[in-house]
Amino acid sequence: MSMDLVQIETDSSRSDETNIPQWGMAIDLDRCSGCEACVIACHAENNIPLSDETAASEGRTNHWLRIDRYYEGEFPDIKVKFRPVMCQQCDDAPCEPVCPVYATYQNEEGLNVQVYNRCVGTRYCANNCPYTVRFFNWYDPVWPEDLNLQLNPDVSVRPGGVMEKCTFCVQRIQRGKREASADGNDIADGDIQPACVQSCPAEAMVFGDLTDKNSKVSQWSQSGRSEQLLDELGTKPRVFYLEKGD
Amino acid sequence: MEAAVEFSGEQTTENNVRRDLLRPLTGASGQYLTAVVLCSAVVIWALVAWGYQIHYGIGVAGINRPVFWGFYIINFVFWIGISHAGTLISAILRLTDAGWRKPVTRAAEAITVFCLMIGGMFPLIHLGRVWLFYWLIPYPNDRLLWPNFRSPLVWDMTAIFTYMTGSVLFLYLPLIPDLAMMAKRSQGVRGFLYRKLSLGWTGSDRQWHAMERAMKLMAGMILAVAVSVHSVVAFDFSMSVAPMWHSTIFAPYFVAGAIFSGIAALVLVMAALRHFLHLQHYLRPLHFDNLGKLLLLMSLIWMYFTFAEHLTVWYGNNPAEINVFNVREHGVFASALWCMVTCNFIIPFILLGVRKLRTITTICLASVSVLVGMWLERFLIVVPTLSHPPLASGWGAYTPTWVEWSITAGTFAAMALLYLLFVKAFPIIAIWEYEDDH
Repeated sequence: MSMDLVQIETDSSRSDETNIPQWGMAIDLDRCSGCEACVIACHAENNIPLSDETAASEGRTNHWLRIDRYYEGEFPDIKVKFRPVMCQQCDDAPCEPVCPVYATYQNEEGLNVQVYNRCVGTRYCANNCPYTVRFFNWYDPVWPEDLNLQLNPDVSVRPGGVMEKCTFCVQRIQRGKREASADGNDIADGDIQPACVQSCPAEAMVFGDLTDKNSKVSQWSQSGRSEQLLDELGTKPRVFYLEKGD
Repeated sequence: MEAAVEFSGEQTTENNVRRDLLRPLTGASGQYLTAVVLCSAVVIWALVAWGYQIHYGIGVAGINRPVFWGFYIINFVFWIGISHAGTLISAILRLTDAGWRKPVTRAAEAITVFCLMIGGMFPLIHLGRVWLFYWLIPYPNDRLLWPNFRSPLVWDMTAIFTYMTGSVLFLYLPLIPDLAMMAKRSQGVRGFLYRKLSLGWTGSDRQWHAMERAMKLMAGMILAVAVSVHSVVAFDFSMSVAPMWHSTIFAPYFVAGAIFSGIAALVLVMAALRHFLHLQHYLRPLHFDNLGKLLLLMSLIWMYFTFAEHLTVWYGNNPAEINVFNVREHGVFASALWCMVTCNFIIPFILLGVRKLRTITTICLASVSVLVGMWLERFLIVVPTLSHPPLASGWGAYTPTWVEWSITAGTFAAMALLYLLFVKAFPIIAIWEYEDDH
């Protein structure tokens, strides 16, 4: 009986127009083949400068989304596990309180947003990010000839001296909301897909509203295989990794 | 005014004091000019390097991902640390009314002001967009934007501004009687400047009384401010979740380290003054011996903190922390670590702990060793933690570039230059303190 009441309440709050979605992502590591299509898609979508040999040797590569590789066993009997790591959009994000100018904060949809114009470049947020997923623009960005003509008009090009990181493709979220409101519809699960999710050939990634109990991301995140990265730190990440126990 | 000052058997009259202490203010030897030119050249070179960095982007420095802070923050902590020389030592000696403080206080207070000027530059030098630094200041603006008062960097800026204001006043107040005296003896621009700066000081009882009260009050306040400043600098690190930064011991550890390096800097400055300004009558072996003992005490306290910090991390064996611990203890930073322990503990302990060895020369050697050691300590706090974040995929390394080396060298030259100019403009030992029992 009480269960039903809770269910009704939840449903009514879902249909309430003021309900604010809480974005989250789930990644099935058992499906991930480490192909890095998501990394390429992320670069293309978000106007991320290309990282060349010099950048790599200086320790200044910039990939909002990277694939961490974990090796088990000894060569040649070796097993590799892949884990795509991007900003975990923590609910208790360590990067946020340390910024002296509020250039990074939690928005009402649970996104850990970065305000490029406001950033003065103390880089404190990056030091305090246990996932090392914040990237600094050491110089003004440059693209090889012709590639500078294909920048995504929906995404700011960040100048030198500011911090940047994965936004969960906030521009796609905004567009999804605009289109849904123009059509007078609710945003359906799967309508909004960050570039990485959209490009994953193994469909290892899902994105959606964590307050919608029927969304794929809610169901995946509730799975017994679900875990959060470095959850012992209490950062409450919005990214859930699914992996079968050994 | 027949006031005389006793110096173990010999009598120095007021005229002699004035002669000795005002002598450095006039004329300039070739040696002095050479030093000024050399220091200026290095400072200008450092400014060129900074300009280069602003123009091309902070990428010209060696910092990277994950070592987002490097030499600039190390130097920042180092210089703010040394700034504790002055005010703290001089405030303690004033409050305890230690008789031997007379020739020490102004030299110490000047160190504080200059080190703060230099150290305070580093948070700006290290900014990605330095031209927007004022966004950290809570100024009224039509966009109704405020800085984030939860950020330790905002606390830091507040603490340093407060300390700067306080230590400038602390240096200036006891300078006023000397300024008034010098105004009477000088003409031209110099006389005008001294007169304006002496704020109409006539030496009346009421003025002496007011200054005495002001100094007592300032000494009390500046002690509290000095302790808070380096605690807040420590909070920049300990408020984070980074391994081996997130430590409750950091605030007192940093304050102790700051006083430690501050005393070392004071000893070296005093030795230089004694040698180059011929102040052997004023800066006597007693002063060095007393400061040497203080340095020894701080060395022991520093070692105690260091031991406690390392033992706790090692015993706790937290995976993220032990990675940083291991890389400091056995990895690429091991040589720096043992060098630090040698410089900060073993060398001072032998040179200062054995009474027979404790001479002005060895106290100076110990001080140089401590300054090197304390710089390394800051390096070992900043770099190993950052280069070894919790996820191994983010590990990195750090090599400073010529820009960082140049700016670092420039700050040492700037310190020397400011001091050289200061001793030419003002008596480095308070003359009035020798003249009467005011």
